[in-house]
Amino acid sequence: MRASRIRRFLASEPFAVVGVAIYAVIIAAALLADRIAPHDPREILRINRRIARYAPMSGDFWLGTTAGGADIASQLIHGARAALEVGLTAALAVVAIGTLLGLLAGYLGGWVDKVLTRLADIVLGLPFLPTMLVLAALTRPGVWTVIVTVSLLLWPNTARVIRSQVLSLRERAWVEAARVTGCSNTRIMFVHILPQVLPLAALYGSVAIGWAILAEAAASFLGFGDPDVVSWGVMLQDAYANQAMSRGAWNWFAPPGAAILMMVLAGFMISRGSEKLLFPKLGDK
Amino acid sequence: MTRLLLERLGHLLLVLWVVASLTFLMFRLMPGDPTLNFLSPSFDEATRTALMRNFGLDKPLWEQYFIYIAQLLHGDFGMSFLQAQPVSVLLWDALPNTAVLTVVSLVLAYAIGIVAGAFIAFRRGSALEAAVIPTALATRSAPEFWLGMLLLAVFAFQLGWFPTGGAVSPGGTMGSVVDRLLSGDFWWHLCLPALTLTLFLQGLPLLLMRATMLEVLNDEFITMARMKGLSRWSIVMRHAARNALLPVVTAFALGLGASIGGNVVIETVFAWPGIGRVLVNAVQSADYPLAQGAFIMIAFVLVVMNTVADLAYAALDPRVSVGARK
Repeated sequence: MRASRIRRFLASEPFAVVGVAIYAVIIAAALLADRIAPHDPREILRINRRIARYAPMSGDFWLGTTAGGADIASQLIHGARAALEVGLTAALAVVAIGTLLGLLAGYLGGWVDKVLTRLADIVLGLPFLPTMLVLAALTRPGVWTVIVTVSLLLWPNTARVIRSQVLSLRERAWVEAARVTGCSNTRIMFVHILPQVLPLAALYGSVAIGWAILAEAAASFLGFGDPDVVSWGVMLQDAYANQAMSRGAWNWFAPPGAAILMMVLAGFMISRGSEKLLFPKLGDK
Repeated sequence: MTRLLLERLGHLLLVLWVVASLTFLMFRLMPGDPTLNFLSPSFDEATRTALMRNFGLDKPLWEQYFIYIAQLLHGDFGMSFLQAQPVSVLLWDALPNTAVLTVVSLVLAYAIGIVAGAFIAFRRGSALEAAVIPTALATRSAPEFWLGMLLLAVFAFQLGWFPTGGAVSPGGTMGSVVDRLLSGDFWWHLCLPALTLTLFLQGLPLLLMRATMLEVLNDEFITMARMKGLSRWSIVMRHAARNALLPVVTAFALGLGASIGGNVVIETVFAWPGIGRVLVNAVQSADYPLAQGAFIMIAFVLVVMNTVADLAYAALDPRVSVGARK
């Protein structure tokens, strides 16, 4: 992709630019968390030997402190790590499973297609949050339950789109040519067709990141998060459990939710923008 | 149409059966002693054996499975551990609350979303569009329970206009479904949870409606209507919107199924006594028969609504030629 095209795209796609900018900030916060964060996010801070509960916003505590005396700004910055970890891992898993199954169903057709379509229908019949709750309760609550649930339940959306794309790709002349020269099915699928559908898969991945983060937040809020991880969801649960709303402690419960919102929104914005970049024909309507 | 209907019904039954079986396996084949999931460790040995026999847990797994399926067919979900009541009674008590919350919010969200989406499409490129689209995207990006927390902070704690949770005022009792629907107190308690859910849900119909309207507005019959000098309202609502509604109707049915399960968090924030909260409480207190019942009920609603969406799509879209299906 030439630089001029990218530049033109950035100018014509303010949404995507904003989305990328938000991601840049979050990634920077995650990478530099130890240096930027003024305090240890888990430390119980004290003012004059007394635990600093509900300290107001100040130069020392940028966003004040929690009921337990932890620095909110530091938790917020460290929360970016958890968000990226959960989001990226789950999105990668969703895209990998969805693309693989979509590719198999679309290219091989026949009974493979039938079985996989039925499987997708069954998965779509499992309610998302309740399934995550039950799995978390019956195994071990924590980040991995979220990642596993997201990848087990969200692949059908990606698979469906990839499948229909593969259905049209496999009729193309170059696939026929590859077959005539003696390429195996495996080679055609993974060497010839896969690269063609990867951009589309990435598009679904950017939305799946958001889903995973929302899922982590909901799980934490319902008490099935990992209490040892500093995440935005755990922060919100802490604030809710300590009645931060009745105290009007906006500095506590507003920022983590806003951070989640921004990150999920950025995913939507990038996917809307990249749709034009990846599929120029669609955008001209 | 009959053929499609039968085919979809058969498919529906198959998915329901698989989901029920998966639930059975999920609750019984987890690592550890499955009976521990169903029997509180605090019971003494004699009570345990008696209860095991009562619940049929002393039988082999395949026999338990057939008993379970037979009970499901009778609408029997067993007894709750903690509240000495049949699970079905507890569920049927909570389901109407969830249904009212979901239906009210969905109808409001789709009414607002459809009208707003149609108009935004008509004013493509305007400042209004530039403001509405990011807002709609943002409400879809926010965690639902956080929206609820914000509304609670403002309208319940700061302004004191609405109650902070529950479905009845302190001292009141929750009567039958009809009593609830006729009580002002119930609706007053419904305001904030319903507002939260509406805010969260309106983004999808708005964006969908806008996208399909943009397609429809390019069609020739709209140009024709414009040339006839029809008013803007008439063109948008009577000519274009009708044709753009199809994906939105499908999304509505899917949304109804999905939000019964998704309400879990909103019901928790507002302590709304619905089926999602029953599930959360049951899971937290290891009341597995109740959790299993609530899970199956939520899943069944989802599966049925998925089928309804499918059928609605087939019935409404003339391009999906129903009769000619191979």
